[in-house]
Amino acid sequence: MTKSNERKLTIARSMAEAVAQEMRVDPSVFVMGEDIGPLGGVYGNTRGLIEEFGAERIRDTPISETAFIGAAVGAAQDGMRPVVELMFVDFFGVCFDAIYNLMAKNIYFSGGNLKVPMVLMTSTGGGYSDGGQHSQCVYGTFAHLPGMKVVAPSNAYDAKGLMTAAMRDDSPVVYMYHKGLQGMGWLGTEAGATVHVPEESYTVEIGKAKVVRQGKDVTIVSLGMGVHNALKAAKTLEGQGVSAEVVDLVSLVPLDRETIRASVAKTGRLIVVDEDYMSYGVSGEIIASVTEHDISVLKAAPKRVAFPDVPIPFARVMEQYCLPNPDKIVAAWDEMKAA
Amino acid sequence: MSPTRDEQHWMYRNMVTSRRFEETIAKIYFEGKTPVFNMANGPIPGEMHLSDGQEPVAVGVCAHLTPEDVVTATHRPHHQAIAKGVDLDKMAAEIFGKTTGLSGGRGGHMHIFDPDVNFACSGIIAQGMGPAVGAALSRKMQGKPGVAVAFLGEGAVNQGAWHEAMNLAAVWKLPFVCVIEDNAWGISVAKSTATSIANNADRAAAYGIPGTRIEGNDPYAIYEAAGAAIARARAGEGPSLIEVETYRLAGHFMGDAEGYRPEGEKDALFEKDPIPKMRAKLLADGVASEAELDAIEAESAARVEAAIKFARESADPAPEDALTAVFAA
Ligand SMILES: Cc1ncc(C[n+]2csc(CCOP(=O)(O)OP(=O)(O)O)c2C)c(N)n1
Repeated sequence: MTKSNERKLTIARSMAEAVAQEMRVDPSVFVMGEDIGPLGGVYGNTRGLIEEFGAERIRDTPISETAFIGAAVGAAQDGMRPVVELMFVDFFGVCFDAIYNLMAKNIYFSGGNLKVPMVLMTSTGGGYSDGGQHSQCVYGTFAHLPGMKVVAPSNAYDAKGLMTAAMRDDSPVVYMYHKGLQGMGWLGTEAGATVHVPEESYTVEIGKAKVVRQGKDVTIVSLGMGVHNALKAAKTLEGQGVSAEVVDLVSLVPLDRETIRASVAKTGRLIVVDEDYMSYGVSGEIIASVTEHDISVLKAAPKRVAFPDVPIPFARVMEQYCLPNPDKIVAAWDEMKAA
Repeated sequence: MSPTRDEQHWMYRNMVTSRRFEETIAKIYFEGKTPVFNMANGPIPGEMHLSDGQEPVAVGVCAHLTPEDVVTATHRPHHQAIAKGVDLDKMAAEIFGKTTGLSGGRGGHMHIFDPDVNFACSGIIAQGMGPAVGAALSRKMQGKPGVAVAFLGEGAVNQGAWHEAMNLAAVWKLPFVCVIEDNAWGISVAKSTATSIANNADRAAAYGIPGTRIEGNDPYAIYEAAGAAIARARAGEGPSLIEVETYRLAGHFMGDAEGYRPEGEKDALFEKDPIPKMRAKLLADGVASEAELDAIEAESAARVEAAIKFARESADPAPEDALTAVFAA
């Protein structure tokens, strides 16, 4: 039941609200992307903006990602604060030069004399059989390359605050929202992502993880959709007398290693849940952050629940087999305990 | 150059088969997705892009192709796949994600691959350009016969890959034809707001190659223009560009509310449905009798029904099949 003072918003609505509030006070903020105008974004995150701000500041683009992301860099260096949308993160292939060789490097190449205040928002995630070019997360790919901040909200409160923080940041921020958390009916939706969102503008600090559930036996670290899977697993484990702590990374870059280490120092056990491919990615980085710091805190070898190293299959049975889920997290605990 | 009587029958048959196939897919698509529309549910999950209305482009072009010729298509591939002769049973099974599908359920509707007839498609806009031009290059280098055709939507010509590949095909004089299906919309974005010129055939001038635009979604005019372009490619005279005005009678994907369309646009498009139009023309020209057309329609419907039955009755893949076929066997 909703409490009277509660204002539950979907992530989609909270993103649009953050952008609208910032656009009202900062004329340099504008939005570009495919279908972000009258349609309001395929994932609803720009709904209502063109009605309020018009087509000059809410710009539907041609299907020309290299051009408009490159253009956002140019505009950002020239006094604007663009928010651009890459409709599915999977499409980064057609425009990655503009992202990682341009957006991510110009501050450094200029010796810090330039600012590149822009937000690249992009949808991630699968689970609804959209096939291998429309379901990826590639968190690790973006987080690996220096020069971009990377955030991935798991709920509408963080989504709004992170968006506001991202728009105010003088460095480029990649804002990776998960389709399954958007609150778009047609994608199904994770109820836990739709939470109370204050009306006024606020920021959520980029680079700060959150302990979203306290526990003492094991730390489950995740981001985005994985946080909800981790919370569900934690509930199941609680029924078995196991107390799991859940850390929501919130940001991948900068990575809040302190919060992760502190949690694992307390619990002695670590499970990382990541919807991105297993190898060379976020899950390995989290584990290394703990082990290279102080391996003695670990009572058991860490475990990861991540997408196997295969392209994402279309057929439901195969995709679901590959995706992380609460049962797999519980199974990881069981193996950890048995070892 | 006009199509022979047999070719016209073939064109009509493939248009009708494509339409029946999509109508059937559309119906099944909503199974399990009501009362609450959730894309993840039902026997055909995921996005679904239908090509209703765009059939003339597929048949007008593919009437000139043989299985050895190469076609790349887009996220909206069914009409072209059918006209190119992709195995309908296996394509249906792929769309259902079954183990008997073309790719054993790994690809789905945006990734229809049938190497037997040299057909492939993909979900990234303009991605088919490179592989089509590359196939044309390979044919030239190997001295093998065959041309390559890339089908794209009008939204795709603003993608860098399109321009790069056009130039490559032109500068190397490859046996390649680019066919743009101009259905006026890229999801919710109108061509006029996304593209700086009205006629994309004009862009051919930038590559020093012939460019033609066909108005009216007319299978006969498409047949003629494609015939000339493909003959030119076969003769080693280099690539061509064709833009066709066509109509998307469906939404961008299934579930699209189409609020961006001006009022009345859809009704006007249905008035111009190319299938009844071609039927009337075949009869008026005395190229087919009522009975012949009825038979073609019945056979198409039976063909589709059989393919759908095959797909429905096929087994799901084993979950762990997901881990196979990553590398070449
Ligand atoms: C590189 C890339 N950018 C964006 C998209 C998302 N997208 C899918 S279909 C589409 C519109 C395509 O329009 P058009 O090329 O005209 O083809 P149509 O859908 O009309 O057949 C867009 C933007 C994509 N698939 N790939």
